[in-house]
Amino acid sequence: MKTRLPIAICFIFGIFTLLQYFSKHPTLTAMYAEILDWMQIIFVFTLLVGVITIFKIHSGKISRKESNWPYSILTVLGIVVMAGLGFGYGTDYGSPFLWIFQNIQVPMQSTMFALLAFFVASAAYRGFRFRNKEAAVLLITAIIVMLGRVPLGHQISDLIPQTAEWIIDNPSTAAKRGILIGIGLGSITTALRVILGIERSYLGGRS
Amino acid sequence: MKGFGIISIICLIVLFAPLLAYSQIEDAVLSDTPLFDTSRLPVFVASLLAIVIFFIATYLVKARAETKIRKVAGLNAVDEAIGRATEMGRPVLFTPGWGGDIQRPTTIAALNILNLVAEKTAAYNCDLIFPTHDPVIMSAAEETIQNAYINAGHPDLFKPDNIYYTTSSQFGYAAAVDGAITRIKPATVMLLGTFEGEALILAETANSIGAMQIAGTDSTIQLAFFLVACDYTLIGEELFAASGYLSGDEKIVASIKAQDYMKIIIIAILLAGGILATFNLDFLSEWIL
Repeated sequence: MKTRLPIAICFIFGIFTLLQYFSKHPTLTAMYAEILDWMQIIFVFTLLVGVITIFKIHSGKISRKESNWPYSILTVLGIVVMAGLGFGYGTDYGSPFLWIFQNIQVPMQSTMFALLAFFVASAAYRGFRFRNKEAAVLLITAIIVMLGRVPLGHQISDLIPQTAEWIIDNPSTAAKRGILIGIGLGSITTALRVILGIERSYLGGRS
Repeated sequence: MKGFGIISIICLIVLFAPLLAYSQIEDAVLSDTPLFDTSRLPVFVASLLAIVIFFIATYLVKARAETKIRKVAGLNAVDEAIGRATEMGRPVLFTPGWGGDIQRPTTIAALNILNLVAEKTAAYNCDLIFPTHDPVIMSAAEETIQNAYINAGHPDLFKPDNIYYTTSSQFGYAAAVDGAITRIKPATVMLLGTFEGEALILAETANSIGAMQIAGTDSTIQLAFFLVACDYTLIGEELFAASGYLSGDEKIVASIKAQDYMKIIIIAILLAGGILATFNLDFLSEWIL
């Protein structure tokens, strides 16, 4: 029963969602909208489960004084303070909640994003090393594309940006489309396996 | 167990909710709208064809004794990666990325792999850590891992605290997983799911601590980063074929075979389209588009 019920629900909703796509009938559209609303409701409930999990894990770390436990205090404090400020003073413009969000959360997110530039450089260094024939092709292609995208490439020769454009429009796009077709077909068969109850490993059961 | 019980009850209520929606629609609107939207006929035909091929492939695989799947290096490395973590006495970290939710086939594919990985970590007595950005994925993963540990015969080794929700914010999630990687220093990092801007941040951090990495995503942009930064990368469809490849289940293998048949049809349509377009005959492309 524990496995059969979710599989039955998955089958009914999966078939319905598939069929409603081929119809603009108001009844089916309304039913689909209703299902989407319920999905949002389920998400909100699970969000609560997520927050409870954070509290449970971090309070355990604090009480057991595990390594790095002061960070856990900061995490719990962050949730409590932000929730308190949000409920107490609202989240409108000028509220303490929004001030903290804009002046602490946003800069921290930007810092994480900015790290990407350094990681791109280190990954590019490793990826573009001349180790074998394939790496050599990658290195030469990368040099042409990078040069073709900056004014220096135009100054050296008009052929560089033209070649870069050709690489992006032809071999690169062809490879991408090949991968995308594979992903599309993989998605279709995975969806069919789940709808038909063949794939059960996501439920923790054997297929 | 509890999670699925609650979700199942909510879903049953949802089943009856559309009846209420139906009662609110005017009869005139109902009679004017046709049941089938003809503009979506090509998609309908393609979907029908995919389902038929799926069943034909299942029949053919059942009829034959053995079906060959080409070797996928990234999936062959799963055992080696878990063995390495066990030998080093360090955990395996598995995360499905920030870009997906539970409705996405990529997430389901990642959970399928997670189930098989969890069975192996349970058998080897190796810790498995699963941080995620989505509380629904967290609930599903908890259920998946717990059942995998039960199936492996080691329910006592299951640690629910190792499966946790971080935050829904993209770079907050990246910071949380990065922090976990640098503090815990897992021997193996598996980045399987839908990744966006955080992909390279996680892959490079794991690389900096010397972790063995197996990655796979449906994002073609992030695939390039994974190819450079990770030891093994599952490219596109390989991610979806993983559960069949690792479990060897006949029905799942059949669906992988169905993918191949669909690919042959797509190639035939592309060739036909190319030839017809050369002779200025656009009826095929016009019908499809």
